[in-house]
Amino acid sequence: MTAQTHTTENGLRAWLTAETPQSRGQARLGRVYLGWLAFSRNRLAMIGLGIVLLLVLMAALAPLLAPYDPYTQDLSQRLLPPSAAHWLGTDAFGRDILSRILYGSRLTLMIVALVAVTAPVAGLLIGTVAGYLGGWVDAVLMRVTDIFLAFPKLILALAFVSALGPGIENAIIAIAITSWPPYARIARAETITIRKSDFISAVRLQGASTPRIILGHVVPLCSSSLIVRVTLDMAGIILTAAGLGFLGLGAQPPAPEWGAMIATGRQYVLEQWWVATMPGIAIFVVSLGFNLLGDGLRDVLDPKGQ
Amino acid sequence: MPGRRHAIRGAGLLVSVALTVLGLLLVTFLIGRVVPIDPVIAVVGDRVSADTYARVRQELGLDLPLWQQFLRYVGDVLQGDFGTSVLTSRPVLEDILRVFPATLELATAALIVGVLLGIPAGVMAAVHRGRWPDHLIRVIGLIGHSIPVFWLGLMALLVFYARLDWAPGPGRVDVFYEGLVDPVTGVITVDALLAGETDVFWNALHHLVLPAGILGLYSVAYIARMTRSFMLDQLRQEYITTARVKGMSEARVIWRHALGNIAVPLTTVVALSYASLLEGSVLTETVFAWPGLGLYITNSLLSADMNAVLGGTLVVGAVFIGLNLLSDLLYRLLDPRAR
Repeated sequence: MTAQTHTTENGLRAWLTAETPQSRGQARLGRVYLGWLAFSRNRLAMIGLGIVLLLVLMAALAPLLAPYDPYTQDLSQRLLPPSAAHWLGTDAFGRDILSRILYGSRLTLMIVALVAVTAPVAGLLIGTVAGYLGGWVDAVLMRVTDIFLAFPKLILALAFVSALGPGIENAIIAIAITSWPPYARIARAETITIRKSDFISAVRLQGASTPRIILGHVVPLCSSSLIVRVTLDMAGIILTAAGLGFLGLGAQPPAPEWGAMIATGRQYVLEQWWVATMPGIAIFVVSLGFNLLGDGLRDVLDPKGQ
Repeated sequence: MPGRRHAIRGAGLLVSVALTVLGLLLVTFLIGRVVPIDPVIAVVGDRVSADTYARVRQELGLDLPLWQQFLRYVGDVLQGDFGTSVLTSRPVLEDILRVFPATLELATAALIVGVLLGIPAGVMAAVHRGRWPDHLIRVIGLIGHSIPVFWLGLMALLVFYARLDWAPGPGRVDVFYEGLVDPVTGVITVDALLAGETDVFWNALHHLVLPAGILGLYSVAYIARMTRSFMLDQLRQEYITTARVKGMSEARVIWRHALGNIAVPLTTVVALSYASLLEGSVLTETVFAWPGLGLYITNSLLSADMNAVLGGTLVVGAVFIGLNLLSDLLYRLLDPRAR
């Protein structure tokens, strides 16, 4: 039994690392496998991946893991220091801080995921279209990009939130609106180097339409550098979202958003230090995880960095 | 004709800056339009007759087509009219001029911290590449990129103010010293020195250390990383080998020759990190109750004072564009190859 699994594992590895892959799928999986081998040798990157997976698990299993309800107030239990009953203490309304942090991971993950699927896609489309078409389209699109880059991100996000009204949805929209320009710049730069290559000419001579060339051939080649950049930016997205929450413009009470939790703990920070400290540690660990993961991915996916 | 080429390039730069500023104005204008607050009701209240409502609406120019409203807005802003703040009932520009020196003081002090720590750290990391100073500096940078600045500020207050009593509390000076010096420049340390009030100067400096140190940490990470990569490029060059072969001391090779050659790109890095410090000051000011532009913007935000918010946004955006332009010009001016 064990011998058999051993051979299948070996067989799988041999199949993945085959010198002459039999199909396109095999070749792709082989590339992924080699990338994974390089990635898994990087200890810091693996720690980052572990932290991010832990965050996903926390978010998925929050109702099972949390010892208390994150919203139920109990004023007889307010501002208790960390103890066996409340590992991370309780806040001003007697709510268990550990439970709130566990549930808060859902909000953090939601913000990161929504920004990470919207902003890079917008930036990718704008950048590849500008880079591929060139001319006045390029000039106009890049001028718009530069205008957005000219604003400090946080201030622009603040202005958008103030216009749209506070709340977690509007905070996500504001962060997404302020995050796309660097992606557009990267995608454009990559597109310009790809545009002149022989295989694009070949595809064009075969009669492929412009949208098909951009979506089918240019976009996939720009993706890996964008993925790296997005992963590296996720920590920044988390910090911005927490900052908006801290200022009272992001998630509204009683939502257990980590930045907002720091804001409510602020007035007790000199005496009941744990109320503001614990959510801050959570933000720090998660941002660190994304930064480590991004660094590791950059080493694997971006050959120029090596 | 190098002179003519310069003129053309300069004109191109000016047009590009003008377009960016116009775009900046368009963005703040549009943000002002999508606010779900009726500007007429904000002025006259909701208990007025339809006639008065229509009259005020006309006075505010809200019956004009959108592009004419935008032109009016641009004209107003160029004349320094940012509207009146609802919160302070003073012209927004007046408010901004009053609070801006505090931000300038904080960001400048933070920049000094960033340069004094970041450049040597970057040089050390490059010289000892792959060994512990390099790793240490990389880890510090990584941590700097992961800690929320407002939380770090709170923790610093908790430790250094509440527990150890090494640092003074929030604010720019102790209450006892407040209003002792007349604001000339608005930068309290400079004002105190001008007035010869050394006590106030030391107190203000003491108050500055913690927020500037926290904020400065974020530019340390950036400046050190850039210095390291510039320095690595230089240390590979042949003139470095030549200098070493000539028997020049290692310190002179590194600090005079290599560092001297990266001074130009470093200047632009420093200018750019100044811009990001202005941004970082928003959250730092909130934590340390530092009465600067960041605190002004956030306070106005919370009371939905749109004129003040957009005015503040515009000023920060303009300073951002200015610093970008400055770093561009400095690069052209200082680097003989770019001339």
